Amino acid sequence: MRESRRFPGRRLVAGIPALWLALFFLIPFLIVLKISFSEARLAIPPYAPLFSWLHGLPVPQIHLSSYAYLFTNPLYLRSYLYSVMVATISTVFCLLIGYPMAYAIARAGEAWRSFLLMLIVLPFWTSFLLRVYAWIGLLQNDGLINNVLMSLGLIRHPVTLLQTDFSLYIGIVYSYLPFMILPLYANLEKHDPALLEAAADLGARPLRAFLRVTLPQSLPGIAAGSLLVFIPVVGEYVIPTLLGRTEQIMIGRMLSDEFFDNRDWPVASGVAILILLLLVVPIVLLQRVERRELEGVEGLEGET
Amino acid sequence: MRTRGLFSRTALVLGLVFLYVPIVSMIVYSFNNSRLVTVWDAAHSPTLKWYGVLFSDGEVLDAAWLSLRVAVCAATASTILGTLAGTALARFGAFRGRSLLVGMTTAPIVMPEVISGLSLLLLFVALEQAIGWPRGLGAITITLAHVSFCMAYVTVVVQSRLAGFDESLEEAAQDLGARPAKVFWRITLPLILPAVLAGWLLAFTLSWDDLVISQFVAGPGSSTLPMVIFSKVRLGVSPDVNALATLMVSMVASGVVIATVWMRLRQKRRERDMQLAAAANL
Repeated sequence: MRESRRFPGRRLVAGIPALWLALFFLIPFLIVLKISFSEARLAIPPYAPLFSWLHGLPVPQIHLSSYAYLFTNPLYLRSYLYSVMVATISTVFCLLIGYPMAYAIARAGEAWRSFLLMLIVLPFWTSFLLRVYAWIGLLQNDGLINNVLMSLGLIRHPVTLLQTDFSLYIGIVYSYLPFMILPLYANLEKHDPALLEAAADLGARPLRAFLRVTLPQSLPGIAAGSLLVFIPVVGEYVIPTLLGRTEQIMIGRMLSDEFFDNRDWPVASGVAILILLLLVVPIVLLQRVERRELEGVEGLEGET
Repeated sequence: MRTRGLFSRTALVLGLVFLYVPIVSMIVYSFNNSRLVTVWDAAHSPTLKWYGVLFSDGEVLDAAWLSLRVAVCAATASTILGTLAGTALARFGAFRGRSLLVGMTTAPIVMPEVISGLSLLLLFVALEQAIGWPRGLGAITITLAHVSFCMAYVTVVVQSRLAGFDESLEEAAQDLGARPAKVFWRITLPLILPAVLAGWLLAFTLSWDDLVISQFVAGPGSSTLPMVIFSKVRLGVSPDVNALATLMVSMVASGVVIATVWMRLRQKRRERDMQLAAAANL
C-alpha cells in the first residue's frame, strides 16, 4: 500500500532486533525450561546432560525431580504465596498513593506539570540500589525515624522497623511508585474536562462525578500501572534482601539462593518456570493494555 | 471541586516528600564526620572525609571503571537495536511477526530480574559448551546481558516519539524521489534524535545501575559498581556509600536539569524563528 513496502532494507530493520531478542530473550527461556527437567549433578555445568544418544539420535532426558522437590517442600509454596501477597498489597498501596498524585499533576497548570513530572521521574534515574539503601539509614533502630519519634516523646524505646513487613512495603512502594504514576498520568492527562463540567451541570457532586466519569475512564491507566508494579515485584530480589524479614523470604531470593548457595541449577530453573507460569497472564494483559494506551492502533491489523 | 483539588494536592506534596526524604538524608549524612551513620557529629561536620575514603578505595574505582565501560557499550548497542525496532514498530504498519516483536520488546521491561539473569547465564553456559564462546564470564557477558533489557526501553521511547509524528514528511521526501535509506537519515533520524539521545541516556543509567542480572552473568573475577555497593550494604550502613550516592545523585540531577534547560531554550528559539518567519510572510 505504501512505497516503502518495496524497500528491501525493511527486512533488516525489523529482523536484526528480532534476531537479537530471539537469541538473548526467547532461547534462554527454552534453556531454563529444559534444565528445569534435568537433575543436579556434581559436575560442570552442574546438571545431568539434557539428551542421551541412542542410535545416533538425541533422546531428551526428562527428570521431574526438581518439580517433585518444589511441590513437596512447603517452604517453596509458602514463599510463592507470600510473594504473590506482597506484590498484591504493594500494588494496592502504590495505586492508593499514586492515583491522587497523578491526578494532581494532570490537573496542574502547564508550567507546573513538566516540573512535577521531572520530580517524579528523577528518582527513577538514580540508582535503585542506593535509594533502597537510604531507607536502612532511616529505619534502623538508631535511625532517623526512631530518633525523631523518641525526641517527640511518642515512643520511649526504639521500635524495630527494619527487616519487618513494614520496611519491605515501604521499600517496594517507594521504588515502584513512579511506575504507577506515569501510566496513570498519561491516561488522566487525556481526559476532557468538559465531561466533568457536563456532569456538574447535570447536578452531580464532585465525588459522584469522579466515581462515574473520571474513574471508569482511567481504568486502562490503572490496569497498566498495576501490572507494571505487580509483575516485577513478584520476583523482586534486592528490596526483600535488604529490608525484608529474614525468616520469610520471597520467591526471587529463593531462586537466587538455590542457584548461588546450593548450586542446584535444575531447582533454580524450576522456580523460574513456576514464577513465569504465574506471570504469563499478567504479562499478556499488560501488552494488551499498552497496545491500546500507547499505540492506539486498533485499526492496524485491518490495514493489510 | 475545591476540596478534591486540595486532597489530591496534599497527596502530591506528601508523596514527593516520601520520594525525596531518603535521598536528602543520604546526602546530608555523607558530610557527617561520625562513623555511626545516624549520629550527627556537629563538632567536626560537615566534612569531606568519606569522599576521600571513597576515592582511595581501589575496589570501588575498579568496579566503577568496569561499570562505565559496560554501560557505554551496552547503551550504544541497545540504542542502535532499539531505534531499529522502534522504527519498525511505528512505521512498518502490520507485518509478519509484528506481535512477536512487540512481545519481545515489552516483556524484558517487566520480567523479574532474577529470571532474566538466570536465563542469560544458562544461555552463556550452553553457548560455551556448544561453540566455545563466550570464553568464561566477564565484561562481555555483562554487556550482552544488559543490551537485551536496555533495548526494550529504547524501543518504547523511540516508538512513542515516532508515533507522535505523522508520516507526511517522510512520504513527501519519498515522492520527491529520495530513497528509503536517505529518507531515514535526512528526515526520520533528525526528527527522533531527541528520543534516540534520551534512549541512550536511559540505557546507560539502567546498565550502570543493574545489580541482579550482572550478579548472574559476571562470573567470579569481575564486579560492577552496584555489586560492590551491594556487598558493602549487606554488611550494614557505611558512610562512604553515602558519599558515593551523593556523587551519583548530583551527577544525574545536574544532567537532567541541563537537558531540561537546553530543551526549553531550543523550544523558545524555534518559537521565535517561527514568529519571525510568520512576520516575514506578512
